[in-house]
Order: sequence, then structure tokens, then C-alpha cells
Amino acid sequence: MGLEEKLPSGFLLTTVEQAAGWVRKASVFPATFGLACCAIEMMTTGAGRYDLARFGMEVFRGSPRQADLMIVAGRVSQKMAPVLRQVYDQMPNPKWVISMGVCASSGGMFNNYAIVQGVDHIVPVDIYLPGCPPRPEMLMDAILKLHHKIQNSKLGVNAEEAAREAEEAALKALPTIEMKGLLR
Amino acid sequence: MSDANGTNGVNPEKDLGASNLPGQRGEGGEEIRVQRGMFGANNGGDTSGYGGLVRSVRLPGPATRPYGGWFDEVADELEGALEEQGLVPENVIDRTVVDRGEMTFHIEREYLVAVAQTLRDDPALRFELCTGVSGVHYPGDKGRELHAVYHLRSITHNRLIRLEVSAPDADPHIPSLVSVYPTNDWHERETYDFFGIVFDGHPALTRIMMPDDWQGFPQRKDYPLGGIPVEYKGAQIPAPDQRRSYS
Amino acid sequence: MSTPNPSPGHHPSSSPFGTTSSMAAARETTEGAVYTVTGGDWDEVVETAARADDERLIVNMGPQHPSTHGVLRLILEMDGETVTEARCGIGYLHTGIEKNLEYRTWTQGTTFVTRMDYLTPFFNETAYCLAVEKLLGIEDQVPDRASIIRVLLMELNRLSSHLVCIATGGMELGATTIMIYGFRDRELILDIYELITGLRMNHAYIRPGGLAQDLPPGAVDQIREFVKKMKKNLPEYDKLATGNPIFKARMQDVGYLDLAGCMALGATGPILRSAGLPHDLRKAQPYCGYETYDFDVPTADSCDSYGRFLIRLEEMRQSLRIIEQCLDRLQPGPVMVADKKIAWPAQLALGPDGLGNSLDHIKKIMGTSMEALIHHFKLVTEGFRVPPGQAYAAVESPKGELGVHVVSDGGTRPFRVHFRDPSFTNLQTMAAMCEGGQVADVIVAVASIDPVMGGVDR
Repeated sequence: MGLEEKLPSGFLLTTVEQAAGWVRKASVFPATFGLACCAIEMMTTGAGRYDLARFGMEVFRGSPRQADLMIVAGRVSQKMAPVLRQVYDQMPNPKWVISMGVCASSGGMFNNYAIVQGVDHIVPVDIYLPGCPPRPEMLMDAILKLHHKIQNSKLGVNAEEAAREAEEAALKALPTIEMKGLLR
Repeated sequence: MSDANGTNGVNPEKDLGASNLPGQRGEGGEEIRVQRGMFGANNGGDTSGYGGLVRSVRLPGPATRPYGGWFDEVADELEGALEEQGLVPENVIDRTVVDRGEMTFHIEREYLVAVAQTLRDDPALRFELCTGVSGVHYPGDKGRELHAVYHLRSITHNRLIRLEVSAPDADPHIPSLVSVYPTNDWHERETYDFFGIVFDGHPALTRIMMPDDWQGFPQRKDYPLGGIPVEYKGAQIPAPDQRRSYS
Repeated sequence: MSTPNPSPGHHPSSSPFGTTSSMAAARETTEGAVYTVTGGDWDEVVETAARADDERLIVNMGPQHPSTHGVLRLILEMDGETVTEARCGIGYLHTGIEKNLEYRTWTQGTTFVTRMDYLTPFFNETAYCLAVEKLLGIEDQVPDRASIIRVLLMELNRLSSHLVCIATGGMELGATTIMIYGFRDRELILDIYELITGLRMNHAYIRPGGLAQDLPPGAVDQIREFVKKMKKNLPEYDKLATGNPIFKARMQDVGYLDLAGCMALGATGPILRSAGLPHDLRKAQPYCGYETYDFDVPTADSCDSYGRFLIRLEEMRQSLRIIEQCLDRLQPGPVMVADKKIAWPAQLALGPDGLGNSLDHIKKIMGTSMEALIHHFKLVTEGFRVPPGQAYAAVESPKGELGVHVVSDGGTRPFRVHFRDPSFTNLQTMAAMCEGGQVADVIVAVASIDPVMGGVDR
């Protein structure tokens, strides 16, 4: 039927990283971190029509200690920021963060005293998801992209090296204001 | 656009002296702002040639009797009830404004609780539902900068009135209405949080929206919006309160 | 002020300020008077706490808890399983929308207010627009078609809001089936929103003076289709929940608040009606022509969560009735006031890159009429002026009285906008409903209040 039928002698070679990534990406447990409008769309994604269960992710964990993905769904206020960080710290490693919606990603239209201008001031973000609020399809796309990222993540020394490379690249990167071209 | 001087689209017969033009609504109300120039450009020059124009902006002034409709009835009842309590209505009610089909009593702050109690308990008034406090900060209204605005609804008589109380910035104290309308508990905390109006007699006047250690009262006019400039490719847009604007 | 180490030999009576209290002695330093707080007060507090019952617990529920309806923090003092004191901590979603509005034009305001209570966007927009129209003095000039579409959208919104309330309320009880049902039906309504406004949530469709644009072709048919489907779906909630013994056991006599309590605490909406008072602003102070529609205001006399649930179900049926009447009344016509000084200059049209200014309009202002271009530019960038004064407009949102107090200083931007959100006021009743009950009932009571934190904190 599938791939396993065609294997020459019943086994398949892969790397430990790929195997671990494959296992990890298939069982991501999101923590419920609904804040505002996006939380409603997040719930919709889990409900009937969009059915997040297709990707093995419909079980939102109430406790951060059982979760490894935080979907920050909505605007983060200055009062909520310490709470958010504490919840993040309570999650076991490895963990990922999706910043859902413009408010969580950059403060969005609420450029004022009350809102943290981007949740990446508080926690490291893996996927920024635009939209106000993003459609459920967009959230699913973000989740699939995150799956891809988890699948291809490195382990051990390789992970350290990848992190170093990413940091160097980020330090060398051109600041947004010095970029030219279309606004995208 | 709807300036008195504008000609495009204004029907002179209909609009001349129309009450909906800015700065035209009576001279009796409080002066809250002085507008300079034609467009009220805050930063950046006024190139219209009307840069020297100075107009004062006033809120609608006090109304004279008859107020019309049930407004007279409410005013009579309130004044009568206050007299029964030995209060002089003229001392209690600073002014009565009828504007846009709404009635506003400006109350001297020391009598606020007595007035609210009367409005709630008098069977002919019976304003049993208070829809909370809305603070307004008028930095241009000298000596009466902070206003607390209460909307009272009478389900019995199907009426809505507004009470307005003011306090100077230097002495931001207004008596609390929690004893009369317990629903004002959170509303007064919110107004304290945002405007720094101290409601004397409130059971636990603490911040409700902002973190407990927040400095300042964020919705006052002298508190900046607090936005940050937004960067794009090759461009930067200042925060909304720092941009060139018209008012 | 206090110092951890008061100078030895210091005595209250030696204070230069003559402080005689033994609790707070004062002493002069280079930086002014320093008060040393001592005394028996704290010993007493500690002793009382030590003597207290072992079962006494303070539990912090939230602000991040799956059953608290968003970022609500409940502080519960419990004796075993019984809640002896309950308090709310709010403000975790405070967004400063009211302040932000003061830096945008009156028309841009709808974009902000729609995000306040994100489950009732059309109510926020309508209330705000009614208040602005009152300030402008153009209430009578709003075209009929615009008012009818406003009512239509508000009633659709009442359905979707109540559906979410029942869905999440059920989920918090552990009845996940109801949640799946609720969101299934809400999707149908969101499809209609998307067709009409282009967005599933946060529409900014209702504008001061009318609507952003007219209904698109096919909208009326789709709404009729929806009403038909919904009439079939609504009884499923009855079958599933009404009279269900488990459901009733969890909800009956829970979250009890009688009429006196409702009035004192300012509760409106289903909470007030569950205490038996048929107060509904749509009947009492009609707006948008509600006096001409035929509908009933359901009440209950049980004062409890179950009563509120039944009221919400019945209100959904009444909303369907109103929607049908709206559809029958729709006549072609304008959806924006005729006054070109207020009406948005362009009608929107769908282009290859989404909704935007209609190409015909751009062709006109760019090609033929310089005055029209200036007018468009001025109205869009500067906005219209609103005469100074203040106004209060209230609508009956699914949660209760949604009041908007707007103040204008004669400028192109609001001077102050305050939303009296029903969720905020109704949430105050939480303590009265929960104290003395079981901790599991707190969830039921809060779900029956249906607070939306976006509205509470704004």
C-alpha cells in the first residue's frame, strides 16, 4: 500500500534529526492562550468546519506544562505581559510560539500606552501570522509551516551551530528602514 | 470641510447661521478650546491664508425654560424635591443644558450624592439605573478641568438624563455615588484609573485596568498616547499623536 | 515611609512633629520626616491567619484559564469547596481604544470600536454611529435602507453572539458537543458577514451617516437560505440541552441574582430579563426603527443561569423573526446620507486585489473633476467636523445596554469617546452570584453572565 511495502528489506535509513522532527511535528500540543478576537478564530479552527483534528492538534491543553506550542492569539497588554512570560516559562522544552494576528506580532493598530508592541519583546516567536484576525485557513497554514520547521530542526551540536548561524545572519541583516523596494 | 467659510456645497439660505456649524452654538457654554487658523493644523504651517483666524470653541450653553417635553417635569420635580430637603436649587444645580434632545444637569460636586439619592428615590423621578461614569478631561476649561458624566435611566418612566460634575485639576475630588448606585463601583475605579478623579467615599478606590504600579492617568489629555514610530522599507511613520493633523 | 532599623532609644514623644501615635513614630532626617510603622496590628493579622481554618484557601483562577471566558482573573477565597468570597481581576486586555479614538477621524473610529467587544462588532459600530449622528444632528437623514440593513446585521450578530455564549458556556461545563454545534451555526452567519462586509470579524461596515457600501448581489438570497437552515438547527439546541437533566442540574439555581440585585448592580440584558423585568431598549427607547418590527422580549422568573440560557435561545428565535421582516422590507435606495460633506465620497468595489475605491469613481476624480478630487482628499484625510457638544446613544446588545458617550470639541476627531459596555457592568454581579456557592458553579455563573473581555477592558 504505502511506502513500507516498497522498502527493499523492511527498513529505511534516515537521520536522528529527521526521525525526531517527524515524531515531534506529529504531536504538537497547543496551549490555550486566547486573548482577544483571534482567540475566537482559534476556537473556530478547532471546531467543526476547519477541524484542526486533521493535523492531530485539536486537543488544546489547559495547562502550559502539558503544551509545547503557544498560540498568542490577540493583543498583549502591558498588564498581561508578565503573565504571558510566566506561562511560556512553564512550558517544557522544546517549545514553539506562533504570534497570531497583527496585534500580537507588532501591536497593529493599537500603537499606544496599553499594548506591548509585538509579543517578540517578551518571548521568542517562530511564526508571525498576519491578519486582523487571520482566517482559520491562515492559522492552519501557519501551523503547517511550523510543522515543516519542526521537522527540519536540528539537534545537539547542530542545533547550537544553527542558532549561531541564525544569530550572525540576523546581526548582518539590513535594518528595515534601510531596505529598498516594495512594501512587503 | 463644513467650515462656515466653505462655499462648496453649502446652501447659504439653509446653512447660514445654522446651529450645526462649529463655534456657532450659543455663547453661554464653557469655552473648551481656542482654534487658530482655518484647518486647525497643529504642527506644520497653515497655508490657507487664514492662519490668523482665532475662534473659541464653546460647548452648548444653559437652556431657558420651557425646556420642552418631559424635561420641565423632571426639572420641576427635582427642584421641588431639593427644596423639600432644605436645599436651594440654584446652589445645587449650576446650570441645566438641553441639547440634541438630551437634558444635562450640571451639579455642584458637594451636592452630588443628595441629588442622586433624590433622583433615585423620588417616585416621580425614579432614575433607578445608573449607566456608569464617563470622565472627560477639558484642559481648556480652566478651574473645571475634570468632568464626571453620569447617565441615569428611569425604567419606570422611560427617561434618560445626564448629570455632570466638575472638579479642578488641582483638587480632583468628587463624592462617590457607590452608596446610591452600587453599580458605580467599577465605573468609578475605571474613571480614577484613567483620569485620576478621586471619588471620596468609594469603598476601595484602586486601579482596575492598568497595572497597580502604573504611573500617571493615561486618558487625560496631558498624557501622551504612547505609541512608537513604525518602520517600513525606507520610511518611518511617527506615532498617531506625533503626526501632522487637523482638528 | 518606614525605616527597617529605627535609631535606638528613639521614642515617639521625642518626635519634633509631636506624633503621639505608637503605631507610626516620626523622626527627622536630612530628607525630611521618616515615619516608623510599628505596633500590634500585624501581629494580630498574622495570628488571625494562623488561627483560621485549615481549609481556607485563596485560589487565583486566571487570567489564563480555559474556563474563564478570556483573560479574566477570578480571585476566590474558599472554605473547602465553598466559595466564601469572590473578586474579579480585570484589565488584562486593556487596549486603550478610547484614547486611540481621539487621534483618528470620526469615520476611522468605527474601525476601532468594532474591535472592542469582538463578538458584537455591529452593535459597537451602530451605537457609536448613532451617537455621532446625534452630534451631527442627522438622525433623521439616515436612509431607511441603511437602518434596515443595520437592524438586519445587528440581529444576525445577536444570533452569532448568543451562539458563542451557549457554545463556550457548554464547553466550560464539559459539554463539547454544544460547542461544536454553536460554532457550526456561527460559521453560517460569518459567511453572510463575509459576503456583505468582506470580513469575518471586525467589519467597520457601519459608518456615521449610513453604511460603507450596499448589500452585494446574492446577499438577500443567502440570508433567506440561512434563516431556513437556522430554523431547522435551532431546535437541536432544545433537544440537546433544554430539559437535559445533567444540564439542568448544573445550571438551575446557579448564579442566582434577583431583580433588586440586578437593579442595584446595573445589570442589563439577559441577566435582568432572567429576573423577570422585560426591559429591552429595542422596545423602551427604539432606535433604527425597531418600533416598527414585530418581536417579543422573552423573560424568565428563575433568576438563574438556566433561565438566562432559555432567554438566549428564545432571543435567537425572535432575531430570526426580525431578520425575516428586514428582508421583506428592503427596498432599493441609498445607504448613506445625501450630505456630501459627511458621506464617504466613494462607493467601494471589488477589484482584483480586494475591496477598494471603485474604478469609476477614481476615473471621475482623476480625469474629469478637480473639485471632486479635492473634496475626496479633504474628506478622507481631514474628515468632517462635528459641532461641539456631547451625546449618549444606547443600543440593546446581546449582553445588555451598550451605551456610548461621545464628546466633540468641534474638530475632526472625537474629543472623548466612552463605551459603557454591558459586559463590564454585568461582570460586577459575579461576586453576588458566586459567593456561598460551590467552586464549580462559579464557572457556570460566569458563563451565564457572558462577559467578553474585549468589551470589559476595551
